[in-house]
Amino acid sequence: MRRTLAALVGTAALAIAGPSLADTLTIATVNNGDMIRMQRLADDFRQKNPGIDLNWVTLEENVLREKVTTDIATKAGQYDVLTIGTYEVPIWAKQGWLVPLDLGAAYDVNDLLPPIRSGLSYDGKLYAAPFYGESSMLMYRKDLFAKAGLTMPEKPTWDFIKEAADKITDKQAGIYGICLRGKAGWGENMAFLTTMANSYGGRWFNEKWEPEFNGPEWKTTLNTYLELMKKDGPPGASSNGFNENLALFQGGKCGMWIDATVAASFVSDPKQSKVANDVGFAPAPCGTTCKNANWLWAWALAIPSSSKKTAEAEKFVAWATSKEYLQLVAAKDGWVNVPPGTRKSLYDNPDYLKAAPFARMTLQAIDSADPGLDGNSKPKPYIGVQFAAIPEFQGIATAVGQQFSAALTGQTSATQALQNAQLLTEREMRRAGYIK
Amino acid sequence: MATLHTRSLARLMMAPSVALLFLWMAVPLGMTLYFSFIRYNLLIPGPKSFVGFANYYYFLTDPAFASALVNTLIIVGGTLLITIVGGILLALLLDQPVFGQGIVRLLVISPFFVLPTVAALVWKNMMMNPVYGVFAQIAASLGLAPLDWFASAPLFSITLIVAWQWLPFATLILLTALQSLSEEQKEAAEMDGARRFSIFFYIILPHLARAITVVILIETIFLLTVFAEILVTTNGGPGVATTNIAFLVYAQALLQFDVGGASAGGIIAVILANIVAVFLMRMIGRNLEA
Amino acid sequence: MARAIPARRRWLLSILAWAVGLMIFFPILWTVLTSFKTEGEAIAVPPHILFFHWTLENYAEVQQRSNYIEHVTNSVVIALGSTLLALLIGVPAAWAAAFAPARRTKDLLMWMLSTKMMPPVGVLVPIYLLFRDWGLLDTLTGLTALMMLVNLPIVVWMLYTYFKEIPADILEAARMDGARLFNEIVHVLAPMAVPGIASTMLLNIILAWNEAFWTLNLTAAKAAPLSAFIASYSSPEGLFWAKLSAASTMAIAPILILGWFSQRQLVRGLTFGAVK
Repeated sequence: MRRTLAALVGTAALAIAGPSLADTLTIATVNNGDMIRMQRLADDFRQKNPGIDLNWVTLEENVLREKVTTDIATKAGQYDVLTIGTYEVPIWAKQGWLVPLDLGAAYDVNDLLPPIRSGLSYDGKLYAAPFYGESSMLMYRKDLFAKAGLTMPEKPTWDFIKEAADKITDKQAGIYGICLRGKAGWGENMAFLTTMANSYGGRWFNEKWEPEFNGPEWKTTLNTYLELMKKDGPPGASSNGFNENLALFQGGKCGMWIDATVAASFVSDPKQSKVANDVGFAPAPCGTTCKNANWLWAWALAIPSSSKKTAEAEKFVAWATSKEYLQLVAAKDGWVNVPPGTRKSLYDNPDYLKAAPFARMTLQAIDSADPGLDGNSKPKPYIGVQFAAIPEFQGIATAVGQQFSAALTGQTSATQALQNAQLLTEREMRRAGYIK
Repeated sequence: MATLHTRSLARLMMAPSVALLFLWMAVPLGMTLYFSFIRYNLLIPGPKSFVGFANYYYFLTDPAFASALVNTLIIVGGTLLITIVGGILLALLLDQPVFGQGIVRLLVISPFFVLPTVAALVWKNMMMNPVYGVFAQIAASLGLAPLDWFASAPLFSITLIVAWQWLPFATLILLTALQSLSEEQKEAAEMDGARRFSIFFYIILPHLARAITVVILIETIFLLTVFAEILVTTNGGPGVATTNIAFLVYAQALLQFDVGGASAGGIIAVILANIVAVFLMRMIGRNLEA
Repeated sequence: MARAIPARRRWLLSILAWAVGLMIFFPILWTVLTSFKTEGEAIAVPPHILFFHWTLENYAEVQQRSNYIEHVTNSVVIALGSTLLALLIGVPAAWAAAFAPARRTKDLLMWMLSTKMMPPVGVLVPIYLLFRDWGLLDTLTGLTALMMLVNLPIVVWMLYTYFKEIPADILEAARMDGARLFNEIVHVLAPMAVPGIASTMLLNIILAWNEAFWTLNLTAAKAAPLSAFIASYSSPEGLFWAKLSAASTMAIAPILILGWFSQRQLVRGLTFGAVK
């Protein structure tokens, strides 16, 4: 009798304690292809870590940023793992909002590509583990080039691009010479336009933090961009961001596309792309210089210091960015779909190089981007290639992006747009105390 | 008819709602008021210093403020116009004995049940997309160049989406008011030889006045703070063409993370909304007295 | 109410009415149709309206990625819960305003309505901070309470207009017949007020269901309703129209069906004024 009672009590105790053994991690991610794939493969993590449950919050980039930033700035602690980028990491690490990562020896943190690793570190410590890294490059249709009798030079220039786009465009047939980002946003059209300005020798701010939209470099940039889009761009370009252009390119409507290197795997995948076998790759075009003509970005997983489950969160972060994860993706979806741009070992792997014809170019692009203070042709007071790593930047750059998007729709002239951009940026920088 | 006993009971019965709403107003509003006078940016830690009216000044001198004001009024006015005129016409149509009246009514009221974000997404991507959208394909089949709705007529496009969602509401309210109009009155007027047009203007329309008032009042409240549709489609652009006051505050709050500035903007928006409300009440308030 | 009108006119009117109805309903119809297409079909030019390869793959993928059931449950709890709470508090208030109006009742009602004119985004941070401090972030309790507060003015106001339609003489007569207040409410007022209460309830369920701002900003994973569900599909990921259509259909289906079945109730409630 006593034994049965004890057994009953024991079972009851276990039953009550049972559910609490499972920890739940709340993970905030972007709805990019690679992240969604990670969600799908999460069963592998759960097998290796029974007792840890995963709750996913998948949102569009801008909404995600707002929610995550609000959460972390008010220390609300709703999330255990965040997906953030090389923009947020230095700023947030400085505020002490992130947990420095110690992912163990097996993780092989020295295998991470140096520019990516330093972009995600602060004060020598790693604060976010890179999920994928990217730069930007030019993707083009080899068949359309051949038809127009063009060959892509090793280092294309904007003049060449203009010429090529004119020759390829056939609006009747729904083929547009070039597709470029037009959707307003600091991470959308401004990421592209900033690197284009870099390639003309421009920069966002001079040493005194005064914006340079009234200078010749931005003027040339905007005018070249508008000309290209007007003559050879698709309709509705002002609402096209990365994803829209990806859809257009995959549907065969673009002759050229300058955008993130991660797009390479999507456009070369015959399951998604109609033109998978006709894609060629080249470095992002140069203007008067090639310095920082391509950007540097990494989406990374970080742990907020307000999380109460840092140990489990670290396990997840380690899993999702490990060499084993790359192998997992290769096994399930092929080497071509492995998240790129994070580890040296990936680029030494012959299987990967064979499956991904864009691999070497991606690596070159990542290595050539320099976010440091001397990365552009003129010295700059901010870190970052296509952004300035100051908290005010995202608001300012989105507003500037709106102005340039308006110029694209023809609502404002290029001169007016540049003037507006200059005024509003100055206003914000003055309010924030950068300009005395 | 209210006896002393009833009156105190009445006050007791009103007390919970009034108290709750007061708290709901007072506490967050009070905090917002407080925030609007300090320098508080989520991303910049440090002591929050009192800055007087600096936030208000900053919000009001924003070059986008004036156009945001105009845009807000355009969205509200445009939607009211479309829904009331359209609502009256639809109500008249649905009042007729048509075949399958019930189903037609179902079709007409459906948009009201759709989530604003879903509505905006569907319109943006499936209807108005200049390459794949339905409008573009119709235009192409007629040999016309497809219109890039959100680039060339952004405010109109937003107003269209919002009006589509609110049309059923207006139609329903106006239809039921229409159906409460007694048949005899109409027949009497007809027998007196009045033409259809006069019947409409002198009998039907005045009867609908009260219902129209209700529609205007309720719709205005929601339309002043239209936000989801803008966020999902144009993000306030191009330029600031579709930024209304609510979106402007949002840009301060969640893009700049400037809580101080956003709070000032919120207070300004409340003041503006109250001005509109007083205006409205003065214009149509008499209709509310039954 | 059958008026004798010539058959031909009836046919013309019917055609017109159906045309208008279908035009208004078209975006929804198109979305539902597209949800059954493959991504390639979804962007086909010219579009295939009915004769395409019907597939359920989009629904499968959406279901796999997001926990639809959990989102629906959250939406139901929030919408229903907040409406019932609002009714609980609003009915007495509306009764008092309609039958025992004080001098300032009208102003009080207008003030209640004006609380809704505040753009939510202005008070987002204070509310966020309050929720954080009270542990209400990402909880159904917090969100339900908030929705109740947000819709309370509308509930009170709508009920007030319905109650005002009830002829006071009937209540007077009942009172003079010696009926106590309780009987007055239950046996006389309630039956006449039920349509009004029902349609207020329906309208508010719909409003709470469709609310997107607060639900998106104050929830993370546990209490996220359908508005958050659709937000994760709101940005394109390459070819996505079919998936978006599937997610949209799943998001609006419950409330659309509810609305259709209860539209008669909705209309009857609004027609109350006609029953004299």
